[in-house]
Amino acid sequence: MSSETKTNASPLGKLLAFAQANRELTSFLVLSALLLVLFPLTMGIFRLNLVGKYLTYAFVALGLVICWGYGGILSLGQGVFFGLGGYCMAMFLKLEASDPQSTSIQSTPGIPDFMDWNQLTALPGFWKPFQSLWATFIAVPLIPALLALLVSVAMFKRRVGGVYFAIITQAVAAILSILIIGQQGYTGGVNGITDLKTLKGWDIRSDSAKYILYFANAFLLLAGVWVSSRMLKSKVGRLLLAMRDREDRVRFSGYDVANLKTFAFVFAAVLSAIGGAMFTLQVGFMSPSFVGIVPSIEMVICAAVGGRDSVFGAVYGTLLVNFGKTFFSEIFPELWLFMIGALFIGVVMVFPNGLAGLNRQKVMGAWEGLRTLVSKVRGRNKGTPLLPDGSAVAGGATLKNDL
Amino acid sequence: MDSLSMSELWAIFVMQSFNGLSSFSVLLLMALGLAIIFGQMGVINMAHGEFLTIGAYTTFVLSEVSQRWMPWMQGSYFILAVVVSFFIAASVGLLVEHLMIRHLYRRPLDTLLATWGLSLIMQQVFRSVFGAKEVSATLPDWLMGSVQPTESIDIPINGLLVMGLTLLMTAGVFVGLFKTRWGVWVRATTQNRVMAGAAGINTRRIDKYTFALGCGLAGVAGAAFTTIGSTGPTSGSLYIVDTFLVVVFGGAESLVGTIASAFSIAQAQSTSEFFLTGSTAKVLTLLAVILILMLRPHGLFSIRVRR
Repeated sequence: MSSETKTNASPLGKLLAFAQANRELTSFLVLSALLLVLFPLTMGIFRLNLVGKYLTYAFVALGLVICWGYGGILSLGQGVFFGLGGYCMAMFLKLEASDPQSTSIQSTPGIPDFMDWNQLTALPGFWKPFQSLWATFIAVPLIPALLALLVSVAMFKRRVGGVYFAIITQAVAAILSILIIGQQGYTGGVNGITDLKTLKGWDIRSDSAKYILYFANAFLLLAGVWVSSRMLKSKVGRLLLAMRDREDRVRFSGYDVANLKTFAFVFAAVLSAIGGAMFTLQVGFMSPSFVGIVPSIEMVICAAVGGRDSVFGAVYGTLLVNFGKTFFSEIFPELWLFMIGALFIGVVMVFPNGLAGLNRQKVMGAWEGLRTLVSKVRGRNKGTPLLPDGSAVAGGATLKNDL
Repeated sequence: MDSLSMSELWAIFVMQSFNGLSSFSVLLLMALGLAIIFGQMGVINMAHGEFLTIGAYTTFVLSEVSQRWMPWMQGSYFILAVVVSFFIAASVGLLVEHLMIRHLYRRPLDTLLATWGLSLIMQQVFRSVFGAKEVSATLPDWLMGSVQPTESIDIPINGLLVMGLTLLMTAGVFVGLFKTRWGVWVRATTQNRVMAGAAGINTRRIDKYTFALGCGLAGVAGAAFTTIGSTGPTSGSLYIVDTFLVVVFGGAESLVGTIASAFSIAQAQSTSEFFLTGSTAKVLTLLAVILILMLRPHGLFSIRVRR
């Protein structure tokens, strides 16, 4: 049946049939085209930089899809990992910006300005490794991964999950943001680490650097999406899904549920940390306002809007929520909180599968209708009415639509 | 510390513990409501702090009203405010339960997100109605003074009132849950919903009124809160993480655990605040709570239940 469809279809019909058969690849190509071609072509550098900033949140949403959407572990502290990644990068950039010449007016030249303001006379020990770029590149994923490992081993091995885990991650986020704000001399306090200028002598504030960083970020995100979707298609992904729905059965089948959860949580933490580091590079500062509870929960809503079980949805959801935020907070600042509050309630109560769920229901239906139409127009001449390939529709949607 | 004599140190210690006791009282009132909603019903109400804010604003409005139009009520409005706060918060809770929570009983993580959205909306409503600036209720004169049991110890009366109120509400909740028919129904519903329903208990109605009661308690906490701090749109949300930790730390199903953990967290924080900076004290307290939770994941006073 399907081979007949292909031989009779027009080039457009062929394309649609191919897209139907390789839905994952198509989604990936569409997303790549959007990020790598459409956005850079249609936007000025200011807007593009803004999109780049949103895309760094998409790393966090992607991590949440893996640990929450698939693994069923809701973390309300992903901002911690985003922040740690961002702070690691910011510490390196700040040290580079604080060379003895440019800080010669300070009472202690060669240390970051906020340390000088807080009467520190030497660089604290934990800042020293960040003088090296390679150490920084290692620290960006490693430090958040270690923290995630610590938290998850302590929690999951003792079978703390669900709501308790969510509340504890929230407390971790509160601790880290209070700590950063309180230890002003070591962390820059509530202002964060600002005035970041160069990366190994390369001015990250210039327009060309912004373009390059945007593309680097987009490539990293696409790589993250690709790796995640491969991982979720593999055995581990199936196990995560099974664990979300029937944890006991997975445990009784002989799998170590705690290890699976730890893996998902650490994976998500590393993704968030990469996002944080890219955020620092593109935006040029890092502050505790990205670490605490509120940003962490906002990132959950990004994942929920996109569809909590869709890696592509994570990116679209993040873009949509943040465009909405920018748009509404510029035009109707009072309305924004109403909007996002309603979004939280609506996404949970009315469409729990988010954009991806809508896509599966509506757009795929329209897609299918279009294909049928094309084949009908082509088929009328031959007098053979062609049916759409029904099996493909059912096959792609079954696993994910059962929530 | 050498410059302080032993008796002065003792006085500071007493007053600091008393400060701990007043913050313990507000925390406990909040946590009691949350323990009922979370512990008994399994609903994560992230908007619980906003119910405190409702109570606080109600008290503020009543204080303004009595100042302007009913001067004879100035001395006694606070007692009325406690009652009114309870009922306003409880009826908003009833509404929220009907519109939102009852659709989400089987999805605890989703109640968390939806009620977070609700809390954002409520905060914006407060901001639109009362303005972003913090307001404070005018306390009646008899609440302003302080008791001095010895020369160097100073205990504020409003703190005593809050503690008395907390004691009263806690006793009320205990009597309600453990000595009345309604309490039996609530506990039966919590322990085995299906069996409770089969035994003829209207579990839907129990859910509804339990949720409303929890919200009402937060409203009372709000009235108490006005005596120790000023009220802003986000006053309640500052308490929410602490309150959840209190409930989890004490063991979600145990009310005694909630009291014990509210006490230990508030005391640990206010005592360490004397020796350290506020933020370090907070960090250390939270860290200690998390570490203890790692050792006892289901809280200090967990009940062993077969699941």
